[in-house]
Amino acid sequence: MSLVELRMLPSHAADPAIKSSLMLDGLNELSNHHYKSCEPYRRIVDGLWQGQAALQAPSLDAVPYLPVSLFKQQSLASIPASDITMTLTSSGTTGQAVSRIYLDKETSSEQQRCLANSMQHVLGPKRLPMLIADTAAVLKDPALMSARGAGVLGMMRFGYRPVFLLDENGQPDEKALENFLAESGESPFFIFGFTFMIWTQLVSRFAGLKPDLSKGILVHSGGWKKLQEQAVDNETFRAELYKSFGLSQVFNFYGMVEQIGSLFIEGAGGLLYPPNFSEFIIRDPMTWEPVPHGQTGLIQVLSLIPRSYPGHSLLTEDLGVLEFAEGADSNSARPGLRVLGRVAKAELRGCSDVIATQNETTSSERVA
Amino acid sequence: MTDDEKIFLVFKDVLKISDDVDRSTLRYNETNGWDSIGHMSLIAGLEDSFDCMLDTDDILDMSSFDKAREIMGKYRDSSD
Repeated sequence: MSLVELRMLPSHAADPAIKSSLMLDGLNELSNHHYKSCEPYRRIVDGLWQGQAALQAPSLDAVPYLPVSLFKQQSLASIPASDITMTLTSSGTTGQAVSRIYLDKETSSEQQRCLANSMQHVLGPKRLPMLIADTAAVLKDPALMSARGAGVLGMMRFGYRPVFLLDENGQPDEKALENFLAESGESPFFIFGFTFMIWTQLVSRFAGLKPDLSKGILVHSGGWKKLQEQAVDNETFRAELYKSFGLSQVFNFYGMVEQIGSLFIEGAGGLLYPPNFSEFIIRDPMTWEPVPHGQTGLIQVLSLIPRSYPGHSLLTEDLGVLEFAEGADSNSARPGLRVLGRVAKAELRGCSDVIATQNETTSSERVA
Repeated sequence: MTDDEKIFLVFKDVLKISDDVDRSTLRYNETNGWDSIGHMSLIAGLEDSFDCMLDTDDILDMSSFDKAREIMGKYRDSSD
């Protein structure tokens, strides 16, 4: 079975044993492809893993991985420059280097299809009327058209006749919300926003209106850093949305510009679950060995999508834990990911020292 | 008005192209203005013009004018 076939299966539902064997074949094939097509990738595999032997990994945790920060320091592509149709960049704050991800037609189309597969898992097969907790200015202002604009735009494909909650000046557009709710009646609708926008705009500025969002399905992402500073965790967030708006269908997701198309979506136990064509491993930050469930470590993400750039196996700068939802049988249940946040000042050690010294690390921004 | 003309009117309006452009050369990410934002404007325009709602797969598949013509053929019953 190939990526295409894995993508055709119902989202997040592949049998774990079949999935991991398919993932391994697919990832090994990608390692071979990038080894042949990307010079820096080949040097890293030769230098830090045992060269070509590492291209036939016997298990998922033996697949060579790159630190995600490498995409900020080096131009990493597995296609000729003439085939690049799009370059994605992360939303680095001022002074930070940004990741540069090179796409050709094939990889960008595969990203879109995989994303659609994951979104249909949450929204159903039909596009739903869409509310966006943002301003349309993010699509027009080049300064905002980095990760935030791209995230909004990417999600707009899954909604119908999108309506923005904020006007062009970033002020609440109460009339737009009223009209939207009057038109949608009793039908379900889709709400998208970055987590901090949902909290600082939707919750803080619309709660007084008491709009009924009980038919809404909220999908949000972007990380919890800003909310943690206000002591808002996932439970508080969900409780407030329910109390203010009757909104109970709430899905957080974890994804990054370096692996667009692969969404880890919130499910049982508030944990994040990878789609059929992706996987994750938690590694000990001192030894790089995989750690057992319940133990904190760095999150490694694996995806079958990246073909135009060597991003199929990446060590992130995020800390996480592999857990099983409460009450689930750890022998049969699918493991989920709990993201604990960013490593304060990402510092690579051990066998990645070579890369770390060549490339001073900076933190990467998560995007939709 | 034929479907072809209805579709072209939307393209003309969104992409600011002239009447005599060779329609078979219009392609996503190649034709000026047909980027990912332009794409969403085209979809909204076609949905208004045909009074329909496109499937997500069709939005992803619409990579050229010819492809748009093929896809919109599926939605013609709901218009006019």
